[in-house]
Amino acid sequence: MSSLSRDDVAKLAGLARIEMSEEELVSLASQFGMILDAVARVQDVDLEGVAPTSHPQPIRNVFREDVVHPSLTPEQALSGAPAQEEQRFRVPQILGEAE
Amino acid sequence: MSEALAKGEVTSTQLTQAHLDRIKDVDPAVKAFLHVDTDGALEQAARVDADRSAGKTLHPLAGIPLALKDVLTQEGVPTTAGSKILQGWKPQYDSTVVSKIKNAGIVIVGKTNMDEFAMGSSTENSAYGPTFNPWDLTRTPGGSSGGSAAAVSAFEAPLAIGSDTGGSIRQPAALTGIVGVRPTYGAVSRYGLIAYSSSLDQAGPFGRTVLDTALLHDVMAGHDPKDATSINGAFPDVVAAARKRDVKGMKIGVIKQLQGEGYQSGVQARFDESLQVLASLGAQIVEVDCPSFEYALAAYYLIAPSECSSNLARFDAMRYGLRVGDSDGASAESVMNATRNAGFGHEVKRRIILGTYALSSGYYDAYYGSAQKIRTLIIQDYAKAFAQADVLVSPTAPTTAFKIGEKSNDPIAMYLGDVATIPVNLAGICGMSLPAGLADEDNLPVGFQIMAPAMQDARLYQVGSALEAALVSQWGGHLISKAPALGGSK
Amino acid sequence: MAISYDDVVAKYDPVLGLEVHVELNTESKMFCSCSTTFGAQPNTQTCPVCLALPGALPVVNATAIESTIKIGLALNCSIAPYSRFARKNYFYPDMPKNFQISQYDEPICFDGYVDVEIETDEGPRQFRIEIERVHMEEDTGKSLHVGGATGRIHGADYSLLDYNRAGIPLVEIVTKIVPGTGKYAPEVARAYVAELRDILRGLGVSDVKMEQGSLRCDANVSLKPMGSDVLGTRSETKNVNSLRSVERAIRGEMIRHAELLDAGQKVKQETRHFQEDTGLTRSGRSKEQAEDYRYFPEPDLVPVAPDAAWIEELRAALPERPSLRRKRLKEEWSVPDKEMAAMVNADVLDIVEATVILGADPTKARSWWLGEISRIANDKEVAVTELSITPADVAEIVALVNKGELTDKLARQVVEGVIAGEGSPAEVVAKRGIKVVNDDGALMAAIEKVCNDQPDTAQKVRDGHLPAAGALIGAVMKETKGQADAARVRELLLGHLGQ
Ligand SMILES: [Mg+2]
Ligand SMILES: [Zn+2]
Repeated sequence: MSSLSRDDVAKLAGLARIEMSEEELVSLASQFGMILDAVARVQDVDLEGVAPTSHPQPIRNVFREDVVHPSLTPEQALSGAPAQEEQRFRVPQILGEAE
Repeated sequence: MSEALAKGEVTSTQLTQAHLDRIKDVDPAVKAFLHVDTDGALEQAARVDADRSAGKTLHPLAGIPLALKDVLTQEGVPTTAGSKILQGWKPQYDSTVVSKIKNAGIVIVGKTNMDEFAMGSSTENSAYGPTFNPWDLTRTPGGSSGGSAAAVSAFEAPLAIGSDTGGSIRQPAALTGIVGVRPTYGAVSRYGLIAYSSSLDQAGPFGRTVLDTALLHDVMAGHDPKDATSINGAFPDVVAAARKRDVKGMKIGVIKQLQGEGYQSGVQARFDESLQVLASLGAQIVEVDCPSFEYALAAYYLIAPSECSSNLARFDAMRYGLRVGDSDGASAESVMNATRNAGFGHEVKRRIILGTYALSSGYYDAYYGSAQKIRTLIIQDYAKAFAQADVLVSPTAPTTAFKIGEKSNDPIAMYLGDVATIPVNLAGICGMSLPAGLADEDNLPVGFQIMAPAMQDARLYQVGSALEAALVSQWGGHLISKAPALGGSK
Repeated sequence: MAISYDDVVAKYDPVLGLEVHVELNTESKMFCSCSTTFGAQPNTQTCPVCLALPGALPVVNATAIESTIKIGLALNCSIAPYSRFARKNYFYPDMPKNFQISQYDEPICFDGYVDVEIETDEGPRQFRIEIERVHMEEDTGKSLHVGGATGRIHGADYSLLDYNRAGIPLVEIVTKIVPGTGKYAPEVARAYVAELRDILRGLGVSDVKMEQGSLRCDANVSLKPMGSDVLGTRSETKNVNSLRSVERAIRGEMIRHAELLDAGQKVKQETRHFQEDTGLTRSGRSKEQAEDYRYFPEPDLVPVAPDAAWIEELRAALPERPSLRRKRLKEEWSVPDKEMAAMVNADVLDIVEATVILGADPTKARSWWLGEISRIANDKEVAVTELSITPADVAEIVALVNKGELTDKLARQVVEGVIAGEGSPAEVVAKRGIKVVNDDGALMAAIEKVCNDQPDTAQKVRDGHLPAAGALIGAVMKETKGQADAARVRELLLGHLGQ
């Protein structure tokens, strides 16, 4: 029986940037054992020497020519922005450092 | 309808208006639509009428109304993917499918309801409330393309588009008594299809007949340079195949693993009868063994959540959509956290968390990695099976339409409903569901699933049209004509 | 507490690791058709793909692939017959998809090396920098932090995002660990980045402008006690935006680590930011809890499998390796090591070569670019290449001097004029009325006047005291406003005074 604790779920929720209520963390943790048992069946098969498939079609080398096409106008680009200023997307203060 | 339009017996504007009226009439009960684009639809209809009077050559589907799943972008028309997090967003661009639809002169009447981000099999996971099955308003139409299927089934639109990641076209088609096709992966561009699981998603057509569906399929399919996974090759002529109606000498493989235990008796009965019909039409029925299918569901529920955990990361309150918690002193991170909590529903969060777990370091090999290997085994099973048969068949879903709320607290039971449709997605091949009759125990539609190898979509239509013709003549009309009346006239 | 660099290297052995990000100079972005032009108005170069609008999909830029393979080949790498893109998942507002399309366990180029040469106490010495991988990825947008401490991320009230840069193709070049550089670690690192820059420029795949961020270096440094086999904890310094900074940052980090270790403290594994003004680094995000990037193969893209013939075609077309080129030019021009190094450091090799190709004598070409022109560039705080004077102009000036139509002094005025935008050398000569006084009669008149003005000096020369002629020549030059040929003046003067 697989399981995830409330803290495990909280850590995953943090990675996924979802602030969950205590109630939701606990309820998800309680469902997870069952779900993980179901999906863990993939480990019941002997997969020795089986290559993984990440793509259903055997297509390779799909490239685009290096040519510029018109972009959106800044008005279009910003049309859905929750907030904007000086033709830029306005967002709350960013903490921490970029990569 | 197409013929009536061509002969000038009816204009597209009249036809479109009639469907808009029908929507006004029945949609308060069915709730298939999230947005009805009355003005846009009538404008397009008027354009087509003008072109027709000007003597221009038009596509056979020009002027025909269509319902579009809210997962495809249409410029300027609200698109939510059934989620609160996209409430109010008006796309700045058309998806490739929508461009093709518009170019063919097809009239998009509105955007249809769906499980949020296509995650679900009942349309109950929509942030905007469930859609109701026109055959029985206490039941679900299936999902995730439940709105599109219900719209066609309720005569709100003769055609619709859905998307199918694990069965989301075929299962609702089965549950609402219509035809639905999931094309070969890469046959229809995914550009502008809001991603759930990139390696499994594929948009496809719904219609009331196999031929209608083929005509729409033909419009949607084709190579798109904007989608790197789009197939660049010769596409099969599905329309010609749908007119062929011939299965003489074809080998039809029944998948041992996809029938019997777990399948409702009425479902199994209609499936068996359809097989007999095919045999009577000259097809040879064989049984094939696909042992890895037993693990398909588990593999799917790792792959799809993993990909979705990444695909849905872009919904972060920075550039579009909902923003919650942007008070003084709030950080971008806290706003992301709060918005994603408020904007996503339970099922979406559940899958994001599951996917985040399956991809996390230390678990990747055991979960995501193993699932990808199962995928290889399923592809191998199909290859062996298709060496013995031209097409493979099974019931589309193990049951008929279930009651709203019946499975919503039991994710595993809900997931099990996709058992017969998921292998097609994992292998990237094509599948069709068409009506096989009504189950004796509940008088609800049963779907018959046909599967064909990648890029052999024409075989679906050839076999489907033959079976449909035989069943329709047996029933004395299309199954959909047996659906109970809903308010207004048909 | 303060410890000298000599003490540091006496006690500790530094181990380096360098990650260089290079923006390719493709016309369009990595995965969409938006322009990559630098300095455009905010959010004018964005589309559904690079804004990560719902439903948009990436498609790989063919030229970016080709450039990356060229880079790999130039760095002596193996080219993978099959490689894939992967998603690197982490949330950051300047990254629209909240994952970066990068490469993970299947980079397109791997296992290469670069040889660099530096001056040591024992003369020139070569170091081999081994390359772990070269892979493709995409750049992020740019954020402007508003309020609080200006421009700084800390204390800002909010941020403004411009996604023009989001999706510009980046190539990341990662070295293996570089041991054994000892006290030369900072110089080796600098020489490596300089060599890389030269190679990339030679390939024509990037603008390689560190100040504009098209070449960015992250420097990993750790120290191990002399003789130990155990690697120390490393810090990763970002924002190192000039060759000089590479050297300063590494030297600074070595000293900082040594101070911590000497005090019995631990070095934290963390990201640090180099500060140009102080030359010190500032602590960034702690990496004690390593971010879990949840890499997986990018499902929206298909594998890259370059065929061998294409790779060989690209290999055959590679330009001369900069280090070999330097060797060749050194011989062809017969320049001493020091002069060669000076040209490399001043970044004038290309322009000198272009001038020589246009007919100028290598010594002359070198001295103009490295001397007068570099001086003017320094005063204006620009690179010599940004001045309006071209190799053709310099070649023309050198030719005019050779023909005796200009003196060195006059030539300097012409250079000034060309840089001031007064036109070509010929035009400057004409406009300013610059000409050598070649008229012996006019010169003789000036000589006679000077000898009359300074009879004592003239007498000294007549008496055979030749060094005294200098003062007279100077006076003649002044008399002729510098337009005379000094050598001719000397000849005539000495003749006039019977010498
Ligand atoms: Mg990187
Ligand atoms: Zn773009």
